Amino acid sequence: MSLIWEGIKEAVKLLLSGDQEVLQIALLSIKVSACAVFISMLLGVPLGIFLALTDFFGKRVFIALVNTGMGLPPVVAGLFISLLLWRNAPLGFLNLLYTPSAMVIAQVLIAAPIVAGLTLAAIQQLNPKLRLQALSLGASRWQTIIALLKEAQLPTLAAAMAGFGGVISEVGAVMMVGGNIRGETRVLTTAIVTETRIGHFNIAIALSVILLALTFGINLVLTHIQQKGVNLWTRTWR
Amino acid sequence: MDSHLAVKNLIQKYNEKEILNVSDLEVKKGETLVILGPNGAGKSTFLRILSLLEKPTHGEVFLSGKPISSLSDKLSVRRKMVMVFQEPLLFNTTVFKNVSFGLKVRHYNKAIVKARVENILNKLEIAHLAGTSASKLSGGEAQRVSLARALVLEPELLFLDEPFAFLDIPTKEALMEDLTKIIKERKLTVICVTHSRDEALAMADKIAIMDGGKILQIGSPEEVFNFPVSESVANFVGMETILEGEIVEVQNGLLKIKTHGQEIEVANDSKPEGKVLLGIRGENVVLASFNKVATSARNKYKATIVEIISLGSTLKIYLDCGFPLISLVTKRSAEELELEVGKTIVANFKATAVHVIR
Repeated sequence: MSLIWEGIKEAVKLLLSGDQEVLQIALLSIKVSACAVFISMLLGVPLGIFLALTDFFGKRVFIALVNTGMGLPPVVAGLFISLLLWRNAPLGFLNLLYTPSAMVIAQVLIAAPIVAGLTLAAIQQLNPKLRLQALSLGASRWQTIIALLKEAQLPTLAAAMAGFGGVISEVGAVMMVGGNIRGETRVLTTAIVTETRIGHFNIAIALSVILLALTFGINLVLTHIQQKGVNLWTRTWR
Repeated sequence: MDSHLAVKNLIQKYNEKEILNVSDLEVKKGETLVILGPNGAGKSTFLRILSLLEKPTHGEVFLSGKPISSLSDKLSVRRKMVMVFQEPLLFNTTVFKNVSFGLKVRHYNKAIVKARVENILNKLEIAHLAGTSASKLSGGEAQRVSLARALVLEPELLFLDEPFAFLDIPTKEALMEDLTKIIKERKLTVICVTHSRDEALAMADKIAIMDGGKILQIGSPEEVFNFPVSESVANFVGMETILEGEIVEVQNGLLKIKTHGQEIEVANDSKPEGKVLLGIRGENVVLASFNKVATSARNKYKATIVEIISLGSTLKIYLDCGFPLISLVTKRSAEELELEVGKTIVANFKATAVHVIR
């Protein structure tokens, strides 16, 4: 118990003292995960829309693959990206392994299926006639897609939240492709693992508190935006 | 009048199952065609094909004589028409933004959008709701907004897919009155599908009866309601009594038809032979007590009341005259005649009130 208490005290001390290393680790965590979520939205939202609005042979298999991707173990994602970026691998010439870019790529592999799957669900839970209504009102295909996305903006925001939650807290992939290099690719999760391994429980707890506070803070902002529209979302006629 | 919308040999199949087959149909400019039929008759599918929201398996839709369903770029044609659905299908935003949607996607400038939206909101008496969120509207208000959103586009063609189905009667009647006024004012070509006979009669210049994906009869409301071409049309347009009989005598435009051992006189200039099917509308069957039997009606029968069903302001009276007969009477008449199950009275109907279906 005293260990936890010590850890919390250490966390407060680290936060108040503005420790440069901790700050750098926290900032890199945010940068890598935010970047990965942004790219995942760019890839996952159009993919989710495409899957929701088009019909093609093998669509169900494709959706099953996306759903499997939503539960992809981060170490598997890490292994896959490592194999691609390894010196002699197809993308080895890019020299990205053990860089923050490699960590972003691995996290995109984890977050993009989550965003795609949740966007697909968000569009599919809209009334299918809404699409016909938009088309009938003279909207082009793109204008219809934008109108549908606006209707599904709250669940799509939830997709972003889920994606961010998934990547900021994962350790397996960033450890494998980032290498946990101090000052370069060390992020909160890998730092926690390292500090725990060498018995610095107080620092590990301090970093965990920072990670939790960070996750909570970001989710608080997103939840605030999401809940603002809830009364609009519950379509109850008075 | 010119043909505005027409179809030729239209077939729609889902998974090889034919659900629509309309060989020929034409709607003239400024005409309101109501497609009347039971649920699952293929009416909505037909409307989606006409409004270019669905591609037919076979056949073609023509707008002012030009084929449109096979066009590769349908957007410009689709922008001449608009559909209002059964549900209001409003977007999660204000009434103003909902109504301006169609104008914005057509890239009208802000001033035009504002003027046109305000105009239609005033016309449909919902200007006070402009800033209200769509989720806070009542069912009637929401459907008014949905209609405003369509009418603000000043379309050539208006498609209505049972737009009043979810509304209570007073709301429906008020909305129908306002809509009919705008349709007539703007001389809009309208195609409306419904399963309600009242709505059809209130709006239609022409009625098409649809069932099983086929148009069974098309004509003026009078033709369709009074001279149904088949038993299923007769059933659908509310010919309460349908009897099978055999012609026993033809004389000077008057047929004597035997049914259930009784004779019915029917005014009919054609000379059908053998077995026929007769239809009698409930409102044409007049009930009287025994001391008031002097009428000009050719058909008079002693009848026993079998069942009485209330339809609101009217009663549906099931009679046994040797053959089954249904009469519609007002509650007041029923009270004056002291109608009750088991009572024997006289049922009258004119020879001209009997329709020979086939």
